[in-house]
Amino acid sequence: MKLYLGTRKGLIEAESTPDGGWRLGRASFLGVHVPMLLPDARDGTLYAVLEHGHFGTKLQASRDGGATWEERASPAYPPKPEGATEVLCPMRQVPVPWNLEKIWSLETGGADQPGVLWCGTIPGGLFRSEDHGATWSLVESLWQHPKRAKWFGGGYDWPGIHSILVDPRDSQRVLLGISCGGVWETADGGASWECIGAGQQADYMPPELAGDPDVQDPHRIVRNGAQPDVVWMQHHSGIFRSGDAGKNWERLRTADPGDFGFAVAVHPADAATAWFVPGIKDELRVPVDGALSVMRTRDGGRSFTPAREGLPQEHAYHLAYRHGLAVAEDGRTLAFGTTTGSVWTSADGGESWQRLSAELPPVYCVRFG
Amino acid sequence: MPTVEFTANLARQTASAACEVSGDTVREALLAAFERQPQLQGYILDDQGALRTHVVVFLDGQTLRDRKKLSDPVSPNSEIFVMQALSGG
Repeated sequence: MKLYLGTRKGLIEAESTPDGGWRLGRASFLGVHVPMLLPDARDGTLYAVLEHGHFGTKLQASRDGGATWEERASPAYPPKPEGATEVLCPMRQVPVPWNLEKIWSLETGGADQPGVLWCGTIPGGLFRSEDHGATWSLVESLWQHPKRAKWFGGGYDWPGIHSILVDPRDSQRVLLGISCGGVWETADGGASWECIGAGQQADYMPPELAGDPDVQDPHRIVRNGAQPDVVWMQHHSGIFRSGDAGKNWERLRTADPGDFGFAVAVHPADAATAWFVPGIKDELRVPVDGALSVMRTRDGGRSFTPAREGLPQEHAYHLAYRHGLAVAEDGRTLAFGTTTGSVWTSADGGESWQRLSAELPPVYCVRFG
Repeated sequence: MPTVEFTANLARQTASAACEVSGDTVREALLAAFERQPQLQGYILDDQGALRTHVVVFLDGQTLRDRKKLSDPVSPNSEIFVMQALSGG
């Protein structure tokens, strides 16, 4: 098994060893920020997003597991029409740009759609490729949706799409997680979109607006292939679970040691099991009491148990960002990376952890391949 | 003919050889350079064709005035250097 780490200073690989451990390996794109990775299980292609500080965001693809790379097209916003009405950030009343600021998510289309990729970006555009990233099209139906004017940035200056969940039963059905714009659904492959998600609660809004689905900040949403109607959400204001594919959400208040965080992962075969990396809400973003833990629920969120074995329990300041936690297809192997440059792995479903390294650049994306 | 030269740091990422080009403005000169090295354009210009926020162009020793349309006039002996602005790195 391979573990791909997208870091502030390149793509760093790790490989599983016969004794059940992991060994760090090749580094690619040394010095370049790699915020997003996508191993495409359909054809074995590995995609890497490169974010050059000066020269913009680029997409690279490897057909040999990261040994050699070729540049693919980067999604680009089409020319802004003359006289187009500006969409203003509702919080700051400044125009939302028509430029790719950041690739925040990259996912494959369905198993029946070889070559189809979805790409979510900041400032809020969704792109689709039908040719393995050789060309991209902005999904105009979402970009032109009148409700986009309600979106605003969460953590970044502009809103963005960080989660793209294709329904394994029907590739035309796709869920998006948008910060801050809530949960969006298409049932027709992206021709039309609807903001869904009753039951979310945005504690950062005035009370009368806190339940508005358009203003929610779902830090990350995930589903598995076995029970795709169950969707887990690490929200800015807590942990939520949906049993009806994102239409309605229940806030889960029993989380110990806390319900703030960014990352969430769901067991690939058992949707009642999910993992979270909690921190102190909401501007502190460090482990509670300096003790790092990974919370697991195995009963659909009725209870959460923090795992601490192998994780530092004092003076810890680690933060796992929204794409920094992953579970492998076996449901037992997990890994998470932090903005402090540490990576931990687990071989027992997250009960105990081993540190792979404390010497890495900040880690933004963790993927098994 | 005007010459266009790119920061050596770009060569690690994409083909960015210096070249002699024709053109009456910086935009025309750069587009002529991009014709020879098509992938280069996205590294220098943003989606709307403006100079990227953290890229700077020197035209005969002066920084470019029109970063949006790149309309600064170019003379036959002009030297255009495309560099990092050091901000944004």
